[in-house]
Amino acid sequence: MRYSVRSLFANALSGHKNWPEQWPDATPKKSYDVIIVGAGGHGLGAAYYLASKYGVTNVAVIEKGWLGGGNTGRNTTIIRSNYLYDESARLYDHAVDLWDGLSQELNYNVMFSKRGVLMLAHNVHDVQSFQRHIHANRLNGVDNQWLTPEQSKEFCPPLDISSQKRYPVMGGALQKRAGVARHDSVAWGYARAAAQLGVDIIQNCAVTGIKRDANGAVEGVETEKGFIAAKKIGVSAAGNSSIIMNMAGLDFPLESYPLQALVSEPVKPIFPCVVMSNSVHAYISQSDKGELVIGAGTDQYLSYSQRGALHIIEHTLAAICEIFPIFKRMRMLRSWGGAVDVTPDRSCILGKTPVQGLYVNCGWGTGGFKATPGAADLLAYTIAKDEPHPINAPFTLERFTTGRLIDEAAAAAVAH
Amino acid sequence: MMLIECPVCKEKRPELEFRYAGEAHIARPEDPDALSDQEWAKYLFIRSNPRGTHFERWVHAHGCAKFFNAVRDTVTDKFVMTYKCGEARPSPEQIAERQS
Repeated sequence: MRYSVRSLFANALSGHKNWPEQWPDATPKKSYDVIIVGAGGHGLGAAYYLASKYGVTNVAVIEKGWLGGGNTGRNTTIIRSNYLYDESARLYDHAVDLWDGLSQELNYNVMFSKRGVLMLAHNVHDVQSFQRHIHANRLNGVDNQWLTPEQSKEFCPPLDISSQKRYPVMGGALQKRAGVARHDSVAWGYARAAAQLGVDIIQNCAVTGIKRDANGAVEGVETEKGFIAAKKIGVSAAGNSSIIMNMAGLDFPLESYPLQALVSEPVKPIFPCVVMSNSVHAYISQSDKGELVIGAGTDQYLSYSQRGALHIIEHTLAAICEIFPIFKRMRMLRSWGGAVDVTPDRSCILGKTPVQGLYVNCGWGTGGFKATPGAADLLAYTIAKDEPHPINAPFTLERFTTGRLIDEAAAAAVAH
Repeated sequence: MMLIECPVCKEKRPELEFRYAGEAHIARPEDPDALSDQEWAKYLFIRSNPRGTHFERWVHAHGCAKFFNAVRDTVTDKFVMTYKCGEARPSPEQIAERQS
């Protein structure tokens, strides 16, 4: 069923009791052409693009928990593409291109709002490195502009730009095309659109092994619901990616860390954009429900617990209060954590693996949500054509052997 | 916040006093020039990243400033034991005994 004003009106008349389910909970078939491991935004999106763009409809998405319950539902929903290096700029800008028009394409409102991301500079080093970013971005066709402190205040009125502060605002880099989207809707929209094209979505079904034939090529996956055969497997399992790759005998340069976020009580609209500050380490925006959405940094130790320590949150809130004294008396409603898979150069690994028929999309670290449509499309392309798209070709596993790293660790425009 | 027992100070202190320092028992190759690119990449970048028992290094930065090793469960975050640098990696039996 297509969502429209007409269907909304018709269902309103029957008290909204007759809406059809958005996607069926499928039982696994014996075999598929392609299996995607992980039903987050990236995995569901890959299944959708395989079916809609690349003509592969016999696809299953297998998820150990519930759909969108991992990092897709745990991030701070920020979307931007102001990365320094050429490879990254192309990759993230491809995603932003797809974010545009995604709601129409999926017939599902993902609430993509280009409200702008403002990154604050607090010292001379920040000013210099942001201006370098702005020039690099503009050479790559990525919008990014410099704002003076007064212009920053005009763009984001709650900002305190007084010069007496420990960390004064010395300006900011603004990407106007950046913004936020409703993270759950992204997973749900892709799931519904993929299911309508014949993709099976299998939840509560952990993958326990990857079976390979005598030549080493994949034959299928062992799961809690039995063996499912497929000649091509795409792994998009975020924090658990290295566990899945181990099942195929591959060691990956990944470590999984807790990353926390929190929201405040809902208040009336006060915060019109997204603000990031690397030097004092804070990310903040306001959701359409009215909550302030605040992102913290990673905890220092490796963990799959999907929770972190309180002192990390305390540190983040101290930074928020420093930049926005207006929020000092705001009460926080809830906090949570996710497990993020971090690579040594802080860039993703997206492409083929040494195992025939096994494809991977991992290593997005602390910033995977913004890339959702782009990563999904490129994973689907790589699986369908058995070769990487030019955009994801540099993001190989082999770069850690050749030394051709895409070192966004220092350049990603965020503090690590 | 976790409480961590420093094997040098022999005291349980809050996590804030410590810095995590990556996976333990990764020895620097004796002769780096003799390594292939694959072996060098493995030494530099490949980590075990297990769900469960993990051997890791910590430094008591705001205490004795000594590095030490720890065994911790990465699903529960619970420390099983800590031990001084240079001591052998605890056996599975020793770890099981501590966990029981």
